[in-house]
Amino acid sequence: MTAPDDLDSGLAAVAALADGVRRAAYRAVLAAGAGPVGRDEVAAALGVGRTLAAFHLDKLVDAGLLEVSYARRSGRTGPGAGRPAKLYRASAAEHAVSVPPRAYRTAAELLAESVERSGADAALFEVAREHGRRTSPGADVPDLLAAHGYAPAETPAGIELRNCPFHRLAEQFPPLICGMNLAMITGLLDGAGASARWRARMDAAPGRCCVVLSKNNGG
Amino acid sequence: MTTAFHLAQFNAARLRAPLTDPTMAGFVAGLDTINALADASPGFVWRLAEGPDGDATTVRPLDPDVIVTMSVWESIEALRAFSYQSTHLDYLRRRREWFRPIAPASLVLWWIPAGRLPTVEQGCERLARVAAGPSPEAFTFRQTYPAPELTART
Repeated sequence: MTAPDDLDSGLAAVAALADGVRRAAYRAVLAAGAGPVGRDEVAAALGVGRTLAAFHLDKLVDAGLLEVSYARRSGRTGPGAGRPAKLYRASAAEHAVSVPPRAYRTAAELLAESVERSGADAALFEVAREHGRRTSPGADVPDLLAAHGYAPAETPAGIELRNCPFHRLAEQFPPLICGMNLAMITGLLDGAGASARWRARMDAAPGRCCVVLSKNNGG
Repeated sequence: MTTAFHLAQFNAARLRAPLTDPTMAGFVAGLDTINALADASPGFVWRLAEGPDGDATTVRPLDPDVIVTMSVWESIEALRAFSYQSTHLDYLRRRREWFRPIAPASLVLWWIPAGRLPTVEQGCERLARVAAGPSPEAFTFRQTYPAPELTART
């Protein structure tokens, strides 16, 4: 349960993103998905020096937005393998700031529980699909999914979604919210005119959205 | 690793139509697959099975149109992984095609000493208990409680 007055802790995290370069560094780490990245990759993505990239990455760690791990990236071990590299990945913690205080998450939980109790799953799926269909036709599918917060990543089989925009709610009401995701993404494909080329389906796995997209053969 | 307590699970679902009805075919067709998936899942210990089909659909302790499942797992994480991070989730997503909701609770979890098996009567009793609100004796995934052994250690 989250009160609307997480202002102090939330604000510190969000304020750490006020700097444009730091925000870009955060986005670069998010774009890498589950795989942690080193300062060199972030520096290259941003077009800044390694020292500056490391400075901003460490500030993001201090703010609780990133987590650190250490690993040898070359696969070598023993003498001559070098020091383990400091790697960064997005923290699982969520931060929300609302001024004036608003408690939409609590409202969402109450609504989800009501839908669950009344067995109105089908109504939610229908609404989610219609919502998705309102997207403009012709949109590029990865761009469209990124715009909706799914962090799409192309794989040999299609597209995986590295972020669930409804993560907290999905953990509490998995069948309902994962079903809502599937309906909404199916609607987005319809709306974009891409449903002949792409098919959304459930493929639940830890650490990513339970929906994946596969290419339709001959589409 | 052996633990002193295992997690018991009991679930009730009210059928929209008899299992022989064509509208239930999608559910019936998945029964064997999902039961086999549970049996092969990490941390699975036991599940209620009766009759020639090796499932629990003939057990109707609550109402003639209410089917139940009951199982035992090594941990909450093991049951969660099977329930929500496997192909089982897609069947859960479609639950309202086949089942009416049972308010206020259709699922209950509780800890049992490892090596013991829960009875259907216990399952019904724990479900009635969780309906009044979660407690260490009857809870859900949304509000879990540690196994008694872990409580004693802290």
